[in-house]
Amino acid sequence: MPQTRSIQPAILLLDDGTVYQGKAFGKIGTAAGELCFNTGMTGYQEVFTDPSYKGQVLIMNNCYIGNYGVKKEDVESDSVKISGLICKNIAYNYSRQMADGSVEQFLKDNNLVAIYDVDTRALVAHIRSKGAMNCIISSEILDVDQLKAELAKVPSMEGLALCAEVSTKEPYNVGDPAAEIRIAVMDNGVKRNMLKCLSEKGAYLQVFPTDTAFEECEKFKPHAYFISNGPGDPAPLKYAVDTVKKILAANKPMFGICLGHQLLALANDIPTYKMHHGHRGLNHPVKNLATGRCEITTQNHGFAVDPKAVAASQTVEITHVNLNDSSIEGIRIKNKPAFSVQYHPESTPGPYDSRYLFDDFFNMIKANM
Amino acid sequence: MPKDSSIKSVLIIGSGPIIIGQACEFDYSGSQAARSLREEGIRVVLINSNPATIMTDPMMADKVYLLPLTVESIEQILEEQQIDAVLPTMGGQTALNLCKEVDELGIWEKYNVRLIGVDIKAIDKAEDREQFRQWMIQLGVPVAPARTANSFLEGKEFAQEIGFPLVIRPSFTLGGTGGGFVHSKDELDEALQRGLQASPIHEVLVEKAVLGWKEYELELLRDAKDNVVIICTVENLDPMGIHTGDSITVAPAMTLSDTAFQEMRNKAMMMMRDLGNFAGGCNVQFSLNPENEELIAIEINPRVSRSSALASKATGYPIAKIAAKLAIGYTLDELENQITKTTSAFFEPALDYVIVKMPRWNFDKFKGADQTLGLQMKSVGEVMSIGRTFPEALQKACQSLENDALGLGYYGKSAMKSEQLLERLKTPTWDRIFRIKDALMEGVSVKHIHQLTYIDKWFLNQINDIVNMEKQLREYDLETVPVQLLSDAKRMGFSDKQLEYLFGNCEEDEVYEKRKQLGITRTYKMVDTCSAEFEAVTPYFYSTFDTQNESKPSDRKKVIVLGSGPNRIGQGIEFDYCCTHGLQAIQDCGYDAIMVNCNPETVSTDFDMANKLYFEPVFWEHLWEIIELEKPEGVIVQLGGQTALKLAKRLEEKGVRIIGTSFDNMDIAEDRGRFSDLLKELSIPYPKYGTAYNTDDAIEVAKEVGYPVLVRPSYVLGGQRMRIVINEEELEASVLSLLRHLPGNKILIDHFLDRCQEAEIDGIFDGENFHVMGVMEHIEPAGIHSGDSNAVLPAFNLSPMEVTTMEYYAEKIARALDIRGLINIQFAIKGGQVFVIEANPRASRTTPFIAKAYQVPYLNIATKVMLGANKLTDFKIEKKLDGFAIKEPVFSFNKFPGVNKELGPEMKSTGEAIRFIKDLRDPYFRQLYKEKSMYLSNK
Repeated sequence: MPQTRSIQPAILLLDDGTVYQGKAFGKIGTAAGELCFNTGMTGYQEVFTDPSYKGQVLIMNNCYIGNYGVKKEDVESDSVKISGLICKNIAYNYSRQMADGSVEQFLKDNNLVAIYDVDTRALVAHIRSKGAMNCIISSEILDVDQLKAELAKVPSMEGLALCAEVSTKEPYNVGDPAAEIRIAVMDNGVKRNMLKCLSEKGAYLQVFPTDTAFEECEKFKPHAYFISNGPGDPAPLKYAVDTVKKILAANKPMFGICLGHQLLALANDIPTYKMHHGHRGLNHPVKNLATGRCEITTQNHGFAVDPKAVAASQTVEITHVNLNDSSIEGIRIKNKPAFSVQYHPESTPGPYDSRYLFDDFFNMIKANM
Repeated sequence: MPKDSSIKSVLIIGSGPIIIGQACEFDYSGSQAARSLREEGIRVVLINSNPATIMTDPMMADKVYLLPLTVESIEQILEEQQIDAVLPTMGGQTALNLCKEVDELGIWEKYNVRLIGVDIKAIDKAEDREQFRQWMIQLGVPVAPARTANSFLEGKEFAQEIGFPLVIRPSFTLGGTGGGFVHSKDELDEALQRGLQASPIHEVLVEKAVLGWKEYELELLRDAKDNVVIICTVENLDPMGIHTGDSITVAPAMTLSDTAFQEMRNKAMMMMRDLGNFAGGCNVQFSLNPENEELIAIEINPRVSRSSALASKATGYPIAKIAAKLAIGYTLDELENQITKTTSAFFEPALDYVIVKMPRWNFDKFKGADQTLGLQMKSVGEVMSIGRTFPEALQKACQSLENDALGLGYYGKSAMKSEQLLERLKTPTWDRIFRIKDALMEGVSVKHIHQLTYIDKWFLNQINDIVNMEKQLREYDLETVPVQLLSDAKRMGFSDKQLEYLFGNCEEDEVYEKRKQLGITRTYKMVDTCSAEFEAVTPYFYSTFDTQNESKPSDRKKVIVLGSGPNRIGQGIEFDYCCTHGLQAIQDCGYDAIMVNCNPETVSTDFDMANKLYFEPVFWEHLWEIIELEKPEGVIVQLGGQTALKLAKRLEEKGVRIIGTSFDNMDIAEDRGRFSDLLKELSIPYPKYGTAYNTDDAIEVAKEVGYPVLVRPSYVLGGQRMRIVINEEELEASVLSLLRHLPGNKILIDHFLDRCQEAEIDGIFDGENFHVMGVMEHIEPAGIHSGDSNAVLPAFNLSPMEVTTMEYYAEKIARALDIRGLINIQFAIKGGQVFVIEANPRASRTTPFIAKAYQVPYLNIATKVMLGANKLTDFKIEKKLDGFAIKEPVFSFNKFPGVNKELGPEMKSTGEAIRFIKDLRDPYFRQLYKEKSMYLSNK
C-alpha cells in the first residue's frame, strides 16, 4: 500500500449480484468475463499470457502479485490473454535483477483492467460453493446498476468457441527444417512452451490455425499431430473434432493437451461437461496408472471429459487420474498411436514432473515412422 | 505400496535436552510421529531424556524410556522390548548420531532391528560435508567452490585460488567452532591459523563465501516409490551468511520467479531421489545469485527439522505425521490430506497468506557473548506470524516476540543517529530489522540499506511502506485520523498500542473502541493447505483485516488457554507440555478448548490438539478480539508461564473470568510487598526485604536487611538481571544498571541467605484440600537459579521436620491465596529454619518433571480442579517412583565462547534432562553431589 500514489477505487460485480469494493490497477476501464481462480504461488506472467485464459477474469489466490516484475521471455504468448485481474496485493516495487519491468507497466501496456485489495479468499470460497460465474470489474463505472446492465451483455462460457480469437491467423514454422521428425500443431491457443518442448526434442513444427483442414495439414507431410490447449467450451468445435477424427483414421501419432485432450475424447464420442469451478493451479496431483508414479501438475481447465462415458468406452483407456477428485486426467486410444492429458506437462508456470510425456510422444512417433 | 505389515513395533528416538539449535520442534515431530504410528496399530516405544517433552508422556507412546540418549540405553531397551524397527529421523542430529553409533557397534543387527525412513549410507552422504560436496559434483548440482587444506601454506594457496570473501570451516569441530568469514587478504592469516588449530586433525575447508546471495529452503516429502512433493518454500529475508535459525524467514518465497523456483524444485527432487533409501521428510537449502539466478546447493537434511516444524505450521500440512507413515511403507497417494480430509496427501500446499518467522535471542543472559549473527545459531526460540500482507505478518511477528516491541518499533527508547545506524547495519545483530526501520525513518534510502545488508529490496520496500504509513499516522491523532488511513494501518499490522504512541493523546483501548465503531475489526481466516480451493474442516485460524470471517464460534461452552509465546531461557517447552494437557482436560470436562499461541515449535499449536487454534501473538489486542468473538467461559492463564499470567490483570479489568485462582490472589503472590505482608500475617518466615526506586533508597534498605543482598526488578522472568551484592559499591552499580535497562521499575532488595539449602514444592489446591505433588531439593545452595540447579525428587538431605514444615507452609499459603489449581513455592532452609522465598501461582518449570517422575497426570488433574469440574478427592493419585529422580540443567555455553559460565541468580540453562537413580549410593549422584558448585557468582 504505497501512500504516494493516488489510488482510484474499483468495483467488482458478480452475476449473482455480489459486489466487492477494491482499488484500481492497470488500465482504468471496464472488463468482463467468466470468473475463475488460480492457486499458483509463482508464474503470474506466464498465467496472464496463457491463451487458454481468453474470456476469463482471473482471481490470483496468492497474496501478492508483481513481486519479481516481468521478464520478456517469461510469456506464453505475445500478449496478456486474461480479460481482467483480481488480486489481494499488488507489489508496486518489484525486485529481480533480471526483470525487464514492473507488472504495473506490463498490464497498462496490455490494456488490462485490474482490481486489488479485494478479499480474494472470500471470493474464491464463494466460487467454490456457487460455481463459476460471469463477472465485471470496473474502475470507470462505479454505479452498480449501470454495471449490471453491462454484465448482462457478457455471454456464458458454456457453448462459447473462443479458439479462433487466439489461434494464429497464418501457419508458421518452428524449429530446424532439417529435423528428422515433422509435427503439425493444431493451434487452438497454443502456449509457447509447448512449441519449445516439441522443437527442442528435435522436431520441425508447422503451426496451423485452429480450423485448418486435415488435408491442408497433410501437405506439411507431418509424422505426427499435436493438438494444443485453448480457451472456451470444446463442445461447439465441430471442425476440430472432425480433424482429430481424420488424424485417428489415418493412424497418425497424436498427442493432445488440455483442450486437445477434450477434442480427442469428443472424437471418440465421449462428451465433455462444464466443471463446477474448474482446476487452475500448479499443485494438482495426478497418478499415472501405468507406472503407479504420481505427478504434481499444472492445470487450467473449466471443462472435463465425462468419466462415465470413458469407463463405458470400448476404444478409450484411462491412463491418468486426479488424486483429489478422481477426474480423468489422461486417456489413450486403444490400438491407435494417440493419447492426451488434461493437464499441462509443458508447465510454465509449474512443475516439470510430467515432461516425460513429450518423450513418450516422440517414442511413439519413432515407433510409427 | 501399502503399509509394511511386518513392522509391529517401532522405537522413536528423541532429541534430548533443549540446546540452542535443537529445541522443542523435535518434541513436536516426535509426538506427531508417535501418534501417527499408533493410529496404524503399531506399538511405539520411545526414548528421550527430556522430561519436559510431550512425547515422553504416557499418553503418547506404549512405553516411554526416560533415559540418557546413549548406546547403553538403547541396548537396555532392545533387551527389554521386542522392537522391529527404529525411526531415527524425528530426533534431530542427536538421534541420527546415536543411530549411527549403535549401528557401528552392530547392535541393530544383533537385535534384528531395521532402520526405517533412512539408511546409514544416506545419512553419511548428506551429513558429511566432503561426501556431500562430492555427491553434488557427481550429480551436476553446483556447490560453492571449496578445497580442503591441511597446512597453512595449502590454505593460503587455495584462498588465493578461490578468492575473497571466503569461509574457513575447521573439520570435526562442533557447531562451527573456530570457523568464520574472511573478507580480505589481511584477515586470512589469522583466520587460517585459528581454523587449523581448532581442528583436531589440523584440517580446514576453504570455501567461497556467497555473501549476499539469497537463501532458500525447500521442505520435501518422499515416499519409497520415489514420489516427491515440495511442501513449502521458505525464503530467508536475511541473505547468506546468517544461520537459517537466526534468520527472519518468509513463506511462501516472495521474490522467486517461476523459472527460478522450478530450477530449485528440479534440483531438490533430483537430490532427494538420488539420496538412496529414504522415505520421509527432508530439507534442502539453496543459495541463489541475484545477479544471474545461478543456484548452488548448500545442504540436505534427511530428517525432519526445525524448518519442517515451521513448514507444517506455515502450511497446515503435518509433515512429521505423514513422514512417519511413509517410513512404514505407505506411499503419498495412499494417504489423505489431513486438513481437507477429501483430497490427497500427494499434493503441494498453496498459501494465500504470508508467514513470517522471527528468531528470539537471549543475549542478555550471556554477558560478553559476541552478538554478531553468523554461521552459528544463537537464538533460543522463535515466533511465527500469519498475515495477508507482508507488513502485517512482520509486525505481528514483532508483537509476538514479547520483548517490548509493539510492532516494528519500540518507541520511546533511545534513538540512534543515522550515521550510527548505518555503521550498525553493516554487522548483522538481533535487532537489525528494527534498525532498518529506524534508518528508513531517518530518510536513508532503500538502495543504501540494500548495499549494507544485501537484504532484497522487495522486503526493504515493504518496510519502507510501514515507515511511510507511520509518518502519515504521526500527522493525526485519534480524533482526526481518516478512516481509510486507520484501516490501512491496521492492514499493515500496526497495533493499537503502537497507534497510541503515534497519535499521542489516547489509550490503546480508545483506539480499539474507535475502530470497532468504524467496523475495523479482525476477521479470521483458515489455514487450509489449499488457498480455499477445497472446503477444509481444520479449526486452525489467524487474524487479519478483511471482509469475510471464517471462524464461526460454536454454541458450546468454551475455555481459552494462553500459551507462553516464544521459547527463551526461563520459559520454554515445559509450558507447551502444560498447555497440551490443559487442552485435553478442558475437552474431558465437556468444554471446547481454544488455544492461543505464536510458537511454531509447539505441540499445543498442532492442528488437532484444541477444538480451535488461533495462531496469534500472545498480545493483548489479539487476545481481546478473540474473546470478543468467542465469548468464552473464561481464560486459563496458569499454564502459559509468566507470559500468560501477565495478561491476567487486563482480563480482570475487562471482567473476563480467569479460570482458577483469582487475579487478586495471583497478584498477592506476584507482588513482593503484598506477598511479604501475607507471610507476616501467616507467621511464615521470609528473608528480610525492602523496595526502592533509586540508589539512595536502595542503600538504606540494604543496610536494614543486611548484606549480602539480592537485587532484582519486580515482575521478571528467569531471574533476569538479578544480582547478589555484598557491599554498597556493588549495590549502587547494580541498581544503576537496572534502572538504565528498566527505567521506573520497582527494585526489590532481599537479604540473601548465604550457604543455605534450597527446595521447592509444587502443589494443587482445590479450595478444600491441598495436595503436594512433589518436594524437590536442590543440590546446589540457594543463590543459583532454580532452573540452573540440579534438583532431586523427593528431598534427599532435608530432615523430615524441614519437609513437613515446608509442606505446612505451602498449604497455608495455598489456602490463604485460595488457589484453584497450581502453585509452586520456593524455600530456603538454613539452620533448621525454613524461609519462603517466593510463590508462583501457576504451572512451573518443575510441574512436568514431577508428573513424569511420579507418573501422575498432574496437569490434567490441576486443569480439572481449576475448572471446578473436579475435586482432588475425585482422583486416585498414586505416585510411582522407585528411588529418586534428578533434574539436571543443560547449558548451551559452547555457542558463546568467551562468556562467563559461572552460575548465579540469573538463569542460563536452555534445557534439562531427567535421570532416575535407585538410591543415594548411585555413583552418578555421588559425583554430582561432590562436585556441586558452592561458589556463587555475583557478576
